[in-house]
This record gives sequence, C-alpha cells and structure tokens, in this order.
Amino acid sequence: MAKKFTHEKIEKNSILLLVLTLIVVAIGGLVEIVPTFLIKSTIEDVKGVRPYSPLELAGRNIYIREGCYTCHSQMIRSLRSEVERYGHYSLAAESKYDHPFQWGSKRTGPDLARVGGKYSDEWHRLHMEDPRSVVPESVMPGYPFLAKTPLDYRFAADGLKALAVAGVPYTAENFENAKADLEAQATPDADTEGLMARYPKAVARDFDGNPAMISELDALVAYLQMLGTLVDFNAYENADFKQ
Amino acid sequence: MAVSSAPGSNLPGTMTSAAWAVAGSLIAGAVLSIIIAAKAADAPMAAHAWLFAFAFLAGVMMLGQRHINATQGHAADDGTGYNDGVVKAGAIATLFWGVAGFLVGVVIAFQLAFPVLNFDTEFLNFGRLRPLHTSAVIFAFGGNALIATSFYVVQRTSRARLAGDVAPWFVFWGYQLFIVVAATGYLMGVTQSREYAEPEWYADIWLTIVWVVYLLVFLGTLAKRKEPHIYVANWFYLAFIVTIAMLHIGNNLAIPETLTSSKSYALFPGVQDALIQWWYGHNAVGFFLTAGFLGMMYYFIPKRAERPVYSYRLSIVHFWSLIFIYIWAGPHHLHFTALPDWAQTLGMTFSIMLWMPSWGGMINGLMTLSGAWDKLRTDPVIRMLVVSVAFYGMSTFEGPVMSVKAVNSLSHYTDWTIGHVHSGALGWVGFVSFGAVYCLIPWLWKRERLYSLALVSWHFWIATIGIVLYITSMWVSGILQGLMWRAYDAQGFLEYSFAETVEAMHPFYVIRALGGVLFLAGALIMVYNCWMTIKGRVRESEPLPAPAPAAAPAGAMPQPAE
Repeated sequence: MAKKFTHEKIEKNSILLLVLTLIVVAIGGLVEIVPTFLIKSTIEDVKGVRPYSPLELAGRNIYIREGCYTCHSQMIRSLRSEVERYGHYSLAAESKYDHPFQWGSKRTGPDLARVGGKYSDEWHRLHMEDPRSVVPESVMPGYPFLAKTPLDYRFAADGLKALAVAGVPYTAENFENAKADLEAQATPDADTEGLMARYPKAVARDFDGNPAMISELDALVAYLQMLGTLVDFNAYENADFKQ
Repeated sequence: MAVSSAPGSNLPGTMTSAAWAVAGSLIAGAVLSIIIAAKAADAPMAAHAWLFAFAFLAGVMMLGQRHINATQGHAADDGTGYNDGVVKAGAIATLFWGVAGFLVGVVIAFQLAFPVLNFDTEFLNFGRLRPLHTSAVIFAFGGNALIATSFYVVQRTSRARLAGDVAPWFVFWGYQLFIVVAATGYLMGVTQSREYAEPEWYADIWLTIVWVVYLLVFLGTLAKRKEPHIYVANWFYLAFIVTIAMLHIGNNLAIPETLTSSKSYALFPGVQDALIQWWYGHNAVGFFLTAGFLGMMYYFIPKRAERPVYSYRLSIVHFWSLIFIYIWAGPHHLHFTALPDWAQTLGMTFSIMLWMPSWGGMINGLMTLSGAWDKLRTDPVIRMLVVSVAFYGMSTFEGPVMSVKAVNSLSHYTDWTIGHVHSGALGWVGFVSFGAVYCLIPWLWKRERLYSLALVSWHFWIATIGIVLYITSMWVSGILQGLMWRAYDAQGFLEYSFAETVEAMHPFYVIRALGGVLFLAGALIMVYNCWMTIKGRVRESEPLPAPAPAAAPAGAMPQPAE
C-alpha cells in the first residue's frame, strides 16, 4: 500500500471499487448467518418433531401457493400476551424441517403456529368455504375451490426426494410409500399402520367431509390440524428451554 | 459483449459475432423451453416454458429486424454518442409498471377493507395479489427506474457510450420477461413464499443471467470512461447491482422438485432460512430501494438544481458506512422469535447505527440545494425530489425506532410496518423516481420542457395527500391493534379476541385505500404529462413562471465539490 492512501485510488479503479464493495457488504451476513449453522444450541433438543407426512406436505404447499403467509404468522413470540393467546412460544426446533420457513411477518389474521386441534374439521370446512359464516369480522378471502379441486399427488414422492436433498431425514421407505401414505391419511378406516410408523402422531381421517375424493381441502386441513401438535410441552419444565 | 463488429459488417446494428452468439443462445433456450413445456409436471410450468420459448424466439426476430433495418440504413441510432434508446424504453416501462403496481396495490387495499372483493376465486385472492403488488412496485417500477437511470447516468458521468450493442437491450427485455414470468406465476400460485423473492427457481436463474449482463454492461461502461473519477452516483449504482446479485443468489438457493416442476424447496430449514430471508429482505430495502435510488438522488438533484453535491467527504463516509451497516440489520425482522437472542441484539444495534449514515445521505441531498432553495417554489420537479429526500429521512428515522426490541414488540406483525414501508416506498422511492422521470423525459426526447409544470404540481400535491392518508391511517391502525393484542382487563385476562382487533381496523383500511387511490391518480396525471411531452406538445396556459430547465448538454456533469 502506498504511503498515503486516498479515496481517489478507489474512485479511479472500478474493479477495486467493486471488490471492496463486495467485501464490505459480505461481512455482516457472514458474521450473523454462519454461526447459526455452527452453534448447537440454536436448535433446541426436543422430542416429537418429525418431517411432514405426504398429505401434510401437500397441504403445506397449498398454504404457500395461496399466500397464506401474507396474513398469518407461524411464530409465537416470547411475550406474555402472545403465549396467553396462542400457547407456548415457538421453538426453533419446531421448524427444523420447514423448507421454507413460514414464520410470516404480518398478522392480518391470527398466528397459526398452534392452530392444530383448536377447531374441528367442520369449522375449517365452513371457514374455507366462507370465512364470515364462522367469524363475522373476518376479512379473509373465501377458498371454496379447494373442496372442489382434486389433489394432484402424482409426484408426491418427488417432493420428499427434493426435501431429502435439503437434509430432511426422509429415506427410500418414505419415497416408496409416499402415495399410499397420502391416500391412507385422507381415507377413513384405511390401514394406517405404516403411516403411523413413519409419521408418529399423524392424524388420519377424511378431513373435508367428502370421502369420495381426496381434495386440496383434505390436504390443507390435515396440515392446519397438525400445526404445533408435535411437541408435548407438558413433558417439559420451563427450565428445559433455558440455554 | 457486442462491442466489436464482425469483419465486413461495419454498419451499426447489424449482426456482429456477439449478436450471433446471443441469437444462438436464444434459439438454444427456446429449444430447451419447448422440451420442458412438453414434459412439464404441472400447468404453470408448461405455461411458463411456452412463455420463455416465445420470448426467446421474439428476441431472435428482434435481432433479425434490427439487422435488416441497419443494412437498409434505418438503424435506430448510429452506434456513436450515447445509447439513449434503451433509456427511453426503461422510462416508459417505469411509467407502465408504476401504474400497474399502484393499481394492484389499490385493489388489495380495498380487498382488506371489503373482503367480498376477493370474489373467492383462485386467481384474484389477496394471497396471490399481494406478491403481485410488491413485486410490481419494487422490481417492475423501481427496477426499471433503476435500470433506465443507471444507464443514463453512467453514460453522462463517464462521457462514454454504454458498453455492448445488444447487451443493454438484452438487459431491458430480459428483465421485462422476468417481470412477466414472476407476475403470471403469482396469479397461478407459483411462489417460494419468500417475501420480495417469491419467483420460483427457474425465474431466479433467468434473473441471475440478466443481472450478470447488467453488471457487465455497467462495468464495461465505467471501463470506457473518459473521466478519471467514477462519479459518486455510480458507486451507489454499482453497490446496488453487485449486492443484489449476492443477496439474490444467497436467498434463492433451493432444490426444485424436478427440473420440469414449478415447485422448489428452500435449501436451508427453519431458523437459518428465516435469517437468510430477512438478510435478503431487509437488504432488498437497503440496496434495491435505497442504494440504487441514492444513486439517482446524487445525479438528478444536483443536475436539476444546477448545484454541486454538498459535500464530497460526506458522500464517501455516507457510502461506505451505509453499505457496511445495512447488511447487519436483517434480524430486526425476527425480534422475540426463535432466532437466537444474540442475532436479534446484533440486528437491533446495527439498525440503530444505520440512522447516522442514512441521515448523512439525506443531509448531503438536501444541502445540495444550498443557494438554490428558491427553486422549490418555482420548479415542482425539484420540489418532488427534495420531498423524496425528506421522506427518506423520515422513514430512516422511523426504521431504527421500530428496530428497538421494546418498540418492535408492539409494532411487529401490525400495520405500522406496512405504513413504515410505504412512507419509504411512496415518499422516497416513488417521488425520487417521479422526479428523475420528469427530468429524463424532456432530456431524452429533446423537448424544451415538460408539457405542463402545473400538472407536475398537481401530481405532487395529490400524491402527497395520498401518502399522508396512507401512513397516518397505518400508524393509527398498527398501534391500535398492537395495543389491543396486549390489553388486559381488570381480572388479568386478555381483553380482546383477535376478531375484535380485526373489526377495529376497518375504518383505517378504508382511509388507506383512499390514500392509495390518490397516489394512483397522481401517477396517471404523470403518465398523461409525459405522454404529451413525448408528443412534443407544450401546454399554452402555463401558470408557473418556471425557467425552462436546459436539456443536459453532453459531457457536462455535476462534480463532487472538492
């Protein structure tokens, strides 16, 4: 470096300007992002979190497709009023198989991180058909087409395979049974032994009230009904989450 | 880059070896698209593959048409001097996408006030239109404004013609193709659900290609410059281009379901994915909506006011501190979430520090008016530019306040955030772009002045009232809802159900929508004014005694005061 460095050198050399800019803008991101992969305590050690079943994943993809995240968060903050309204604050571990995350940024509607089991399937059916029939103040769009659209699950295994590449612990067993598991979860009185072994706590029933068809609504309600139900918080003391 | 001519064809606009290479790539791309269309796993992928195929073939035809015109002596320009054709196209695209984006914004604002307007259809519900609005205003309106002005400014301040012959047009049309793919994708439900990065993997790959060519055109033009110094506006444009490339690639790493599927899964999970998304998301604000538009500010304000930039030293400090600090601010979108606390605190700390470089830039912009403050009265275009910087100052003060955890616990998830974004987006990004376009249209089309300065004044006031309605209604609704969510009754129970807080928002959603209507109306006035200017008309009964701003003489440029 020359004895006296002036800014003039950078101003007269576009490549130097480019390289220095790139270095300066790279630092912050590296310092913040890289440690979250390296520090183990970033993700809590809790039992119960498992990858999505094929039907739940299909429902999640519909949730994403319809842009539900634009109005609903799935992230209960560690604030008293939130915990009282929605339940235990969200743990990082609960979204460790979420590609992409669905924490959201806006609550035009309520948080959905623990909506699973809070309402009946029937309530969800009516709510999707016409939200104001069950919540008069709601500004949510109606989604009557979901119940009428058959779910396209020809490529159910492909989704699991892509997620496995991203690190979700799906194996060949999951891929081979993807379609069968999806059908078993949406059909009343189906043989769900394999499904339950692969996806513990999965709930299998006819979610949309129409046993004749596996609809997009079946998948979406199956997803909503499992949200926040995997971790049994009664099994833990609050101190267990202190780092 | 198509700078060298193939032997034997020296006419500008004829097929060079580089142009042949582009044509070959486009044909290869079209063949690939048709194969994917034939094997597509889902209907949106098939539609988009056909769209790509047609666009690539249209590109080949445009190259052919250009060649034929050139050999017959009808070349669009002579290949010397400044390349303003692409800047003109960018200015028109800015106006077009601006109106489209504002219109969708008005529609979704009314949907929130009156949900019946969702019509319960797949294609027009709020969830699908909201990313259409954000992408249309940020990337289509803002992006075209940035591409057009950066191509204009880098030529003038370098005293060099844009690098490349086909390349700048490839950037322009390639970018429009990206916009159309993204927009139609949202309507069909194709989304990654990453805010401000919703387009799926194949659109992201296409944008990466376009963006690299954009960077090369910009750098190539700087390399040809006849000025020893790179002007400060170009530092900001360059930082915008290169940082957006880094953010775009980092945030869009994903595994496609298959190569014929429109669906992909993010590479990283949960907490890391959230952090990467907001590293991107906040710096889309920092580098797309701030650094790029600061480049605009550093050229158009001094140029229009005919004053040098206030402080050269301040612009150096402003530049380096802004780009260094901005990148750290992302985690303030994740306060009190499952993101580790240290990252939240780091994000908050840097967000507060960011106030200083932001206001350094604001001061540099505003004080450039020193000795020319009277122009605020006589030139509504200057007024628009100056007020944009004032809005920049306001929202870059509000941002650090909202990044403080205590404030954020109230403001997060509410409309306060939406109001904050719009004071920046409508006030700063919108107004500085309008000001730049009002400057550019007469300069590019060699008109003595705009059709009507009175209409600029009308635009300014109508849009300003619209912004005020928008941000004040969102302050009230955001703070009200935040307070209602945490209100306790005398027995210590939560006082309001969620539905009650939704009901309380209604009047403010109506006011917000009306504010949006006013902003859109202002933009329509602008389109009319620009259209008449391009047609060469001058409004006779001009009430303002404004001196006609001289068209930019080639080579004359504002220099930093040393």
